Amino acid sequence: MTQAFRIENGGLINRDKKLSFKFNEKSYFGYEGDTLASALLANGVHLVGRSFKYHRPRGFFGAGVDEPYAVVQLYRNGETEPNIKATEQELFEGLEAKSVNCWPSVNFDIGAINNFLKIFLPAGFYYKTFMWPKSFWYRIYEPFIRKAAGLGVASTKHDKERYEHKYEYCDLLIAGSGPSGLAGAYAAAKNGAKVILAEDKPRFGGSLLTSDVNIGNQSGKDWAEGIIAELKTMPNVVVKNRSQIFGYYDHNMLVMSEKVSDHLPSTKKYHPNKRLWYIRAKEVLISSGSIERPIVFGNNDTPGVMLSSAAKEYLKVYGVLVGRKPLVFTNNDSGYETAIEFKKHGVDPVILDSRKNAESEIIDEAKNLGIIIKNSYVVVAAQGYKKVKSADIASISEDKKQLGKIEHIQCDCICVSGFWTPSIHLASQSGNKTKFKEEIDAFVPGQSKQNEITLGAANGIFSLNETLKTSFKAGSELSKKLTKKDNEIAIPNVVEKKSSQHDKFWCVPLPKGKNYKRFLDFQNDVAVSDVEIALREGYRSIEHVKRYTTLGMATDQGKTSNLNGLQLVSEIENKVVPAVGHTTFRPPYTPVSIGAIVGREVGKHSKPTRKSPMHSWHEKNNAVFVDAGVWLRPRYYKRGNENLFEGSKREAKNVRTNVGVCDVTTLGKIDIKGPDAAELLNRVYTNAWLKLPVGKARYGVMLREDGIVMDDGTTTRISENHYHMTTTTAQAANVLSHLEYYLQLVWPELNVNVVSTTEQWAGAAIAGPKSRDLLQKLFPNSDVSNEGLPFMGYMEGDLFGVKARIFRISFSGELAYEVNVESDYGNFMWEKIMEIGEEFQIQPYGTEALSTLRIEMGHVAGSELDGRTIPYDNALEGLVSKKKDFIGKRSLQRSAFTTEDRQRVVGVVPLDKKTSIPEGSHLVKDDKAPLPNPKLGHISASCWSVEYDNPFSLAILKDGKNMIGEKLFAMSPLKNKVIPVEIVSSHYVDPKGERVRS
Amino acid sequence: MLYINCPHCGMRSQNEFSYGGDASVKRPELNKEVSNQEWDNFVYNRKSLRGKHLELWQHISGCRQWIKVERDTATHEIFRTFKADEEVA
Repeated sequence: MTQAFRIENGGLINRDKKLSFKFNEKSYFGYEGDTLASALLANGVHLVGRSFKYHRPRGFFGAGVDEPYAVVQLYRNGETEPNIKATEQELFEGLEAKSVNCWPSVNFDIGAINNFLKIFLPAGFYYKTFMWPKSFWYRIYEPFIRKAAGLGVASTKHDKERYEHKYEYCDLLIAGSGPSGLAGAYAAAKNGAKVILAEDKPRFGGSLLTSDVNIGNQSGKDWAEGIIAELKTMPNVVVKNRSQIFGYYDHNMLVMSEKVSDHLPSTKKYHPNKRLWYIRAKEVLISSGSIERPIVFGNNDTPGVMLSSAAKEYLKVYGVLVGRKPLVFTNNDSGYETAIEFKKHGVDPVILDSRKNAESEIIDEAKNLGIIIKNSYVVVAAQGYKKVKSADIASISEDKKQLGKIEHIQCDCICVSGFWTPSIHLASQSGNKTKFKEEIDAFVPGQSKQNEITLGAANGIFSLNETLKTSFKAGSELSKKLTKKDNEIAIPNVVEKKSSQHDKFWCVPLPKGKNYKRFLDFQNDVAVSDVEIALREGYRSIEHVKRYTTLGMATDQGKTSNLNGLQLVSEIENKVVPAVGHTTFRPPYTPVSIGAIVGREVGKHSKPTRKSPMHSWHEKNNAVFVDAGVWLRPRYYKRGNENLFEGSKREAKNVRTNVGVCDVTTLGKIDIKGPDAAELLNRVYTNAWLKLPVGKARYGVMLREDGIVMDDGTTTRISENHYHMTTTTAQAANVLSHLEYYLQLVWPELNVNVVSTTEQWAGAAIAGPKSRDLLQKLFPNSDVSNEGLPFMGYMEGDLFGVKARIFRISFSGELAYEVNVESDYGNFMWEKIMEIGEEFQIQPYGTEALSTLRIEMGHVAGSELDGRTIPYDNALEGLVSKKKDFIGKRSLQRSAFTTEDRQRVVGVVPLDKKTSIPEGSHLVKDDKAPLPNPKLGHISASCWSVEYDNPFSLAILKDGKNMIGEKLFAMSPLKNKVIPVEIVSSHYVDPKGERVRS
Repeated sequence: MLYINCPHCGMRSQNEFSYGGDASVKRPELNKEVSNQEWDNFVYNRKSLRGKHLELWQHISGCRQWIKVERDTATHEIFRTFKADEEVA
């Protein structure tokens, strides 16, 4: 089996290894080293998709990152990925791909009717047309446009691939392995600098792979291979292919996406699909080369019209002829190089050169080979629908305004070269102030902002000799600064053909009576006429023209269209190009998989999971877990077919009647030591702390400087200068930072140290009327009687040989204790409590029962301390000292905080004593009032009171103090509920607090 | 991502730090009469400067020290960094 457009020999592909693949359900084969694009072209397939707006047939335009057309849906190993450029996708055995943006098929596309309606689809069409009636937008217009436009379809399945992130530091990062990148990297590496050389293609060498040059008596390609081979042996060098540096960020951090597995049929075990590198480089050499730009002419989007450099690359790298009757349309010598390559392979091209006369070594070579050259000639329009069949050509006047008589020429491809555009994206992203270089009609980097230097073609230097000289010098000098070594390198002798000046010509005028579409942006279907409309309608700034016409906004980000767009705007506006300026270059330079950006932080790994030392016990005992920040806490321990409501009710009830045990390890714990520790607490908490005796705990509330409650908890004086602070689970990290802030910045004179000990202690809350009996059995040698260990008392105890801290504190409102042991003994402690507690009918209880217990006791927690409430709102004003100053005290004088009808926590009971009130419900006076119904307060927490066996809620209510006994409505539009309620005291159970002291 | 020179640890990436706002703000002394205006300026009122700005950062995933960073808010250039108790001249 042979391939119609593959030459017999030549190219860098491996002809010993055939690979079969499918495109649009049809089977083909290619070779190892092919891209999907080169393999399709070898098989004569030019039609690969439909354009974005008009659904015009699309072929191949480039051979790399600049490709605007050949965007496909890729199928690999049971997965699919949209919007893959066929010019970048390496072929592998079994590859499958489909065209995007066409229905029912690429050959017969119904959307192509837009092409005939195109008079109705000019720039701004969507803005103008789909505005009325407003209600049609969501229901009709948007779904239709979304289906008709757009490219591939993202998979909705979970991505099984793995993506990794890597952080790297280096002396020199070199972006691109063309001649300038190789020279810079080599010189720096020889000076011992730590170098990373990145190449986005599979093959190193850049333009050296296709150019006809000699370096040091070798072909350019051989020289590149030699340099790469040597770099790979050097321990201070990392050489990466398939790796695109796509973003240049602050402080010389660059991000690179390495395609580790995309070229393989499936990802190897333990390998990532892609690896994202965050590279902090001391110096950056940008050697990203240049991209050929098209000349604009009629129907220049017809499949078969492509960049002349791409045609040369397909021939020299892949051994593929993009046509057998090529027409080369050029304004510079690059087109001649492509024509010469065709001729060498037995194909007769015709060159149309817009220049009247041009002389150079390259042109002489073409002439000597007998290639037909027509000077002062241009392509007026390509003819053919799904493939170029012929071209209308004409001579052009010297001022490039008048066309001669239209002639017809048969051809099967048109290779176009409008000179070269340096890839200044990375330099511009770094903050470099770019400048316009007249000689090449393009922008080049100017003043560097960060430590970056742009080399070679990316800097507008198109002579190989000069590129090598300047790049060796840059690599050598920058590395010398860093390594203090200077290994001089002899710059190799370069043989290259001299080229002549290009023609400043980029757009062929329309012939009289013809209205050919002349495209600027090939992926977004932006034609010359669209930009003209935008300017006519008053869009002046190039940024506005871009957004109105979508010029340069497609997935190729205008790599082949931006400059021609600027030329057009400058021409119409009668300005020079630098006065028009260019649009902002933003990362990423090429599309990056979301998976690569996310990395390993998916699913369970999206955040760390913290587990208490007793976690496995909970698991074994049917705990149903709930996320509490990053902690996993038992919500309830399921028995039989119990649901959450039943289970938590049973557990809470058992605490009220017998004894329960709850894992409170997750509470934040901060160890505070130093002679000024009491003074610190006194300033941080709202209440007084200077007189707390050793062996006593105290409840405290801390505020932010704006008077809002930040956190609450108990702090215990362990010894003279040693305190143990607890915080809520959620605020633990913030409280530590808060204390550090004041100690380090505001009151550095205080001699105090703070450190988090959350991980060091395992905690168990033992609560219920029988908790003292249980405690006595756990600590038979300690006096835990009401006198020995009174409420808010503290002692150390011996738990069967394990040192324990015992606090008599209560969150549940029952007689209760908290026992802490070192984390490693947590499970031991828990099992002892369960074992000995058996005779007291102990049951473990989870967060749901814990909530029930605290809510019906009226103890405020996170849902009331929600970052919007002050102590008064939480009925905590008794803890606010009038005598001393503390953080946030001054803010409590603000008028809004001192009004008579200030909001305050209350209890809420449904009148029917049956209907649970959804959390978040609003309290209103009149359920029938017109909207917006004035809101008096909101339900902050709800439970089923186990004490009274009816629903009970806490609410933050306006003028709550005077509302006890009032009848209101709790309304939840979300749950569609209106519940008549009565306002009661928040202290629903044991309002005098006798149980905790019993 | 910024690259911040922690005066205690050396050059570290921004993701080890948390931002702490304007470093020039001085808390009024405790137990001192403070006017409404003075207090509001301390708690709420901040200049949103374009240009050189002295700000606080905490090396939260490192030495946990609060540090002062002199940074250009427009260009992100960092000029100098200081320990919490260092005088900024």
